[in-house]
Amino acid sequence: MAPSQKYQRNGLVQMSLNSFFENPERLNRWIDIAQSSFLPLLKGALLYSLTIAIAAFFIGLIISVLTALARLSGIKPLIAIARFYVSIIRGTPLLVQLFIIFYGLPSIGLMIDPIPSAIIGFSLSVGAYSSEVVRAAILSIHKGQWEAAYSLGMTYWQALRRVVLPQAARVSIPPLSNSFISLVKDTSLASVVLVPEMFRKAQEVVAATYEPLLVYVEAALIYWVICFVLSIIQDRIENKLDRYV
Amino acid sequence: MITITDVHKQFNSLHVLKGISLSVEKGKVVVIIGPSGSGKTTLLRCLNALEVPTSGSVQIGDVKLDFSKKVERTSIPKLRKQTGMVFQNYNLFPHMTAVENVMEGPVTVKKEDKEKARAKAAALLTKVGLGDKLDHYPAQLSGGQQQRVGIARALAMDPQVMLFDEPTSALDPELVGEVLKVMKELAQEGMTMIVVTHEMGFAREVADEVIFMDQGVIVERDTPSHLFAKPREERTRQFLQHLK
Ligand SMILES: Nc1ncnc2c1ncn2[C@@H]1O[C@H](COP(=O)(O)OP(=O)(O)OP(=O)(O)O)[C@@H](O)[C@H]1O
Ligand SMILES: [Mg+2]
Repeated sequence: MAPSQKYQRNGLVQMSLNSFFENPERLNRWIDIAQSSFLPLLKGALLYSLTIAIAAFFIGLIISVLTALARLSGIKPLIAIARFYVSIIRGTPLLVQLFIIFYGLPSIGLMIDPIPSAIIGFSLSVGAYSSEVVRAAILSIHKGQWEAAYSLGMTYWQALRRVVLPQAARVSIPPLSNSFISLVKDTSLASVVLVPEMFRKAQEVVAATYEPLLVYVEAALIYWVICFVLSIIQDRIENKLDRYV
Repeated sequence: MITITDVHKQFNSLHVLKGISLSVEKGKVVVIIGPSGSGKTTLLRCLNALEVPTSGSVQIGDVKLDFSKKVERTSIPKLRKQTGMVFQNYNLFPHMTAVENVMEGPVTVKKEDKEKARAKAAALLTKVGLGDKLDHYPAQLSGGQQQRVGIARALAMDPQVMLFDEPTSALDPELVGEVLKVMKELAQEGMTMIVVTHEMGFAREVADEVIFMDQGVIVERDTPSHLFAKPREERTRQFLQHLK
């Protein structure tokens, strides 16, 4: 960049910053927009972002346990299916997966509404990523626990449900709660499949006001507060679980 | 009561049990001794099919499994319900309290009523001297207390025979006595027991028969007084010498 150009750019930034702070109308406008957009954004966050994240997380957890059990089953076709699923989900962008589900599947007559599309996409994603966590957690349970359960006459499923999974759940709560927090942030991707969640609401406000910096920073702050609260809850849960084991 | 016939166990190329035959009458206490790696644990685990024998048959009560043929999946839990096992490392369920550990088998496997199972579990824990620890988690108990919970947990299933694999080896010396005491009481009540242990005092005092195993075979079996005083086999003599 030539020195004169550089000077010019700096000059421009300087000028617009000055004009911003010397222009009380602009500031008032920002405050107005921030106030009027806050409730719609919050509604988008609580009603859609968080709700979709919770639904997808629970469905994803069930998928991840089944996938982990398939991987550990020792039955070749089951192992192959589980690995294939995990490989596809982990090897392709979530954004592309959402596009395939929402915009692609209608080509073969499968029309799925925005919210179910998002939940399906996120569940599959959580299922694949968490299956590794769940698998590691199950493997971390000492084999003496299985043997003690078997020696009482339990079947595989009884030993799993009563003895191994409750302990594996404790082991996997820290990593799983991290993935839940990531998921809450990832729900912003649902905006591309027309879910009226927070980020899409923010885009609508920007389209109407032409104030991208203000509105996107506002959205970022709301995400941050939500994740901050979630991480406090996470700490509480972990402390509680640490008590006896 | 218990009859095992020509049981072999191979781990790939490693031939760990080389044709074990043994019968134990109801109410008898059999102690198994032998050097490390001789197959004592493996034999005990073959009795409840935690280890599936390569060939041979195991009969406990009226459940008989012939491992030389294809064994039905459903018959393995049946065999296990006949046996109670006590592990060297206790293997208590850490997410359950003492009383929950003991009632788990009756409730989950036998579908017993929860409250009845709890009452029975509390009675068993009282019997092993832990009546005041019902709601403690394993992590809140000493090793000796944990092992007594382990014994109560196995007893809760009303087994025909109790299998003990070095139940006191993981314990601090001062805690060994409380566990052996519970085992002695069980023997006096007429429980059939097979015990792998290095506690020769226990063997001398409680066992009806002592079995010396080496390299996957039963070398010698006799009453404790005979076997300890004048073993017939050279290998037994060397092993006993070694202990002293
Ligand atoms: N699951 C297994 N896979 C492969 N080898 C095994 C397995 N379990 C036991 N073995 C081997 O079988 C042999 C007998 O083991 P076992 O545990 O029965 O001996 P033990 O008499 O109980 O010894 P110790 O007094 O040390 O407990 C050992 O060489 C051991 O390494
Ligand atoms: Mg052993």
